[in-house]
Amino acid sequence: MKKSNFKDPFKEQREQQGTAKMDDQGDPVTMVLRLKDVRKCAHDWNRFRSGATPGRIVVPSEVHIRGTRQIPFEVDPPLHKKYRDLMEDWFRRPLQEPYRSALRAQIQELVDHALKGHRFEIVEDFALPLQSKALTLLLNIPLSEAEVWISWGTHVFRSEETKLDKEKASILYDYIDRKIEDALAAPGEDLYSKLLTSELDGRRLTKEEVKGVMILTFAGGRDTIINAVTNSLVYLAEHPEQLVNLRKHPELAARAVEELIRYYSPLTHMGRVASEDTSVCEHAVKSNTRISLCWASANRDESVFDRPDEVILDRKMNPHVGFGFGHHKCLGATHARQVLMLLLQVVAENVTTIEIEGLKENIEDLDRFERQVGFQHVWARFQ
Amino acid sequence: MINITFITQAGESKTVQASSGTIMELARQHGIEGIDGDCGGVCSCATCHVHVDPAFAEVVGEPSDIEKDMLELDDHADAYSRLGCQIEIEPSFDGLILTVAN
Ligand code: HEM
Ligand code: FES
Repeated sequence: MKKSNFKDPFKEQREQQGTAKMDDQGDPVTMVLRLKDVRKCAHDWNRFRSGATPGRIVVPSEVHIRGTRQIPFEVDPPLHKKYRDLMEDWFRRPLQEPYRSALRAQIQELVDHALKGHRFEIVEDFALPLQSKALTLLLNIPLSEAEVWISWGTHVFRSEETKLDKEKASILYDYIDRKIEDALAAPGEDLYSKLLTSELDGRRLTKEEVKGVMILTFAGGRDTIINAVTNSLVYLAEHPEQLVNLRKHPELAARAVEELIRYYSPLTHMGRVASEDTSVCEHAVKSNTRISLCWASANRDESVFDRPDEVILDRKMNPHVGFGFGHHKCLGATHARQVLMLLLQVVAENVTTIEIEGLKENIEDLDRFERQVGFQHVWARFQ
Repeated sequence: MINITFITQAGESKTVQASSGTIMELARQHGIEGIDGDCGGVCSCATCHVHVDPAFAEVVGEPSDIEKDMLELDDHADAYSRLGCQIEIEPSFDGLILTVAN
């Protein structure tokens, strides 16, 4: 079997039950598995809340390692919209030309380096630097800052062991605290400064609120992009005919990105907390217990997608929820789409073969399911 | 060439010329406010939502089931809602008026 084929671990359960129970540190989760149900629950913010104890809607739960509320992610309407309105324009900057050409140049440089013929490791030597450098554009800060984030490695935000987690998380939290102080002392044109001078209901955002936005921007945009980039490259390695196709038809990249996001669903699921005794597809959900919206399962729903377990790069009808759905849909999606679109185009223009020389899968443990989200390492050669 | 008019939420009206492609693509080419087309037209983002002038409802046609499912959960949806990326422009659309939903 091809390494770029990722199994759908939810298939049977989705078809037969529609939901699945999962334990998580004693705070169980009812995973919602069908596309229509996922959309409905995401839409119904009154019944399924995001504004719970900070960290609780994340699975595995972060309540023991984080006190800061992530914004706008852990806030419900109507306040949620006020925060989004402050941020929406900033997060659409990736559509502008200077941003796109700078991003393209970053990718070109990484590809040129990879083309020198040596064996390299895609996750650490390509996807992580790309994610970090691209993030300097989104934050509008000097490129050199990417070095700091690259030095943190891929594991700063990964959950493995609770105790370790706390230490790792504090690297990021302390860093953001320092950057907020810097921006207060010497305001600039960067996202920190922009947020610190934003007004909501006639008052400035607090440091704690700005921290909540920044933590989310770092954490939400890191592993997701790294996995999306890595998986896309492994896919192209095993489908050289698609490299040719993309070279001939660069406009195909837009649809290809949506399909790669659907198929690889870099974010598996996200939680909500029920505000009342209720049910999801006939399964009871008690008030103050958690559900999760399983984007990864919904994106393979055979009742909606034709041949869901195949990557069809020019898939025309693709109502996926890889970037979420409804109020909380991904704020970083414009950036993520540009990163992936330019990656496909630059690789197609410059690379004829990607040879995989070894790899190690990254498997997520979801209690009763095991899901591959990407790779820990991929050793490869570009030609 | 045919004429298609967009009316934005701010009440601005803009008539543009069209021949082929989708309504979403047309709106983006002309920078129509409120039509973002984030997903590039694969029916995943609903940022291309328009209300079709009732006089043209039959000409433009009904949404597919997948499109209906998207619209069903859109707070601004009504009986004349369509996703612009799912409407292929045809000569019979001459004079069509679309109100941008967002
Ligand atoms: C391929 C990459 C990405 C994927 C697949 C992805 C996926 C998602 C998903 C599924 C949600 C919805 C969460 C929910 O409903 O609770 C979300 C929300 C969010 N994402 Fe992303 N994301 C990606 C990249 C990024 C990047 C690069 C950033 C920013 C740097 C980012 C920032 C956010 C923010 C701020 C939210 C919360 C929006 C809100 O609550 O209103 N994401 N993302
Ligand atoms: S452009 Fe995304 S649904 Fe129409």
